[in-house]
Amino acid sequence: MLQITSIEKGIVIDHIPGGFGMKLFHYLKLDKADYTVALIINAFSQKMGRKDIIKINNVIDLDVNFLGLINPDITINIIENGAIVKKLQLTVPERVVNVIQCKNPRCVTSIESYADHVFHLVDPAKRSYRCDYCDDIVIPHTV
Amino acid sequence: MLKGRHLIDPSDFTREEFRELFDLAHKVVKNPEHFKKSCEGKILATLFYEPSTRTRFSFEAAMLRLGGSIIGFSEPNSSSVSKGESISDTIRTIECYADIAVMRHPKEGAPRVASQWLTSMPLINAGDGGHQHPTQTLTDILTVELLKGNVENRVYGFCGDLKFGRTVHSFIKFLSKYKGIKLILISPEELRVPEYIREEIIKKNNIECIEADKMEPYMGEMDFLYMTRVQRERFFNEEDYIRLRDRFILDKEKMKYAGPETYILHPLPRVNEISIEVDEDPRAQYFQQAKNGMYVRMALILKLLGIY
Repeated sequence: MLQITSIEKGIVIDHIPGGFGMKLFHYLKLDKADYTVALIINAFSQKMGRKDIIKINNVIDLDVNFLGLINPDITINIIENGAIVKKLQLTVPERVVNVIQCKNPRCVTSIESYADHVFHLVDPAKRSYRCDYCDDIVIPHTV
Repeated sequence: MLKGRHLIDPSDFTREEFRELFDLAHKVVKNPEHFKKSCEGKILATLFYEPSTRTRFSFEAAMLRLGGSIIGFSEPNSSSVSKGESISDTIRTIECYADIAVMRHPKEGAPRVASQWLTSMPLINAGDGGHQHPTQTLTDILTVELLKGNVENRVYGFCGDLKFGRTVHSFIKFLSKYKGIKLILISPEELRVPEYIREEIIKKNNIECIEADKMEPYMGEMDFLYMTRVQRERFFNEEDYIRLRDRFILDKEKMKYAGPETYILHPLPRVNEISIEVDEDPRAQYFQQAKNGMYVRMALILKLLGIY
């Protein structure tokens, strides 16, 4: 079995839906990190079947809105001295700014570079969002 | 209080605020002369990034009939927009010169973006892409009230391009504030109302709604049939436009299915979706509707400037 040693001080992002680990890894710019990071893909999970895990041997700022958009069931464990000292609970964000982009080619955000990309939650169960400008509906975790 | 407010989307005003506006519009209809000096010394800016006949002329006529003046452009090539100026820079410049502004833009949400940069000048959305056209709805509702007395407990048919038809989206959004509304939505499968209208407006407000691809079976029960044009400018593919444009044509034969008081409305311009022979039918109200547009825009300008 593949062994990845535990970290001393840092963050473990667990229960990432299979396939999203790589996206998240790049979104958090961990490919450019000068500290130790590990991306585990297709780890066994009783709850999810397969899951991805990211271990970061450093303390960094996390965009919890983005993580909540992907899946509010993602868990974030803060590690100190090799032990979990805090678990962060994610929620599906009500409003997101400049996290996702509107894909409607008729939307003003496609031409107005000053305009923020702002979305509001429409349906928490589907995790669908509506663009504040053109009303186009997107489901970010499926894009 | 509507002074200093923007009208970008029908949800920007409450039902009571709309009532206040329509009460003034009815006074304007009865005696437009009374208001002829109300806007003396005031300037309306018309920013039309997309062609328009009725909306632009009716806004300009409205301001002139109120005694005010007009500045603006009717196509973006005659302004700094052609040099690549952003919407935010243009609108902030216009605020230096005008008391109130009207914007039409091909991009959806452009007037909303513009309104976020303003400090005191009211901005009116005169149509943004295939999204919303709230002042056409004011025109439509004033026409409904003049013909039938009230908006509630009525059957409204909408036919044609319901996907990109911004006048339809605004009209349905407005109607969702009222009781006893039944909608009959007639369109080809490809041009049905957008998901946000179906899910967030129609379903959330429990509005009775039928989606159909034929108008004849439903015309008898309609109080209003709102015809719309399939808009060439909204299609990225010319073949799709040609395939869909002639799908619904209202002619004398089809008018036989309409009730004696089923009024025909159309935001205009029409291409061929209402044949010209229907114009003589007293139930065809689209030209009167265009005239009402000027009156209700007079009322809107007066309210947003805080004059009445």
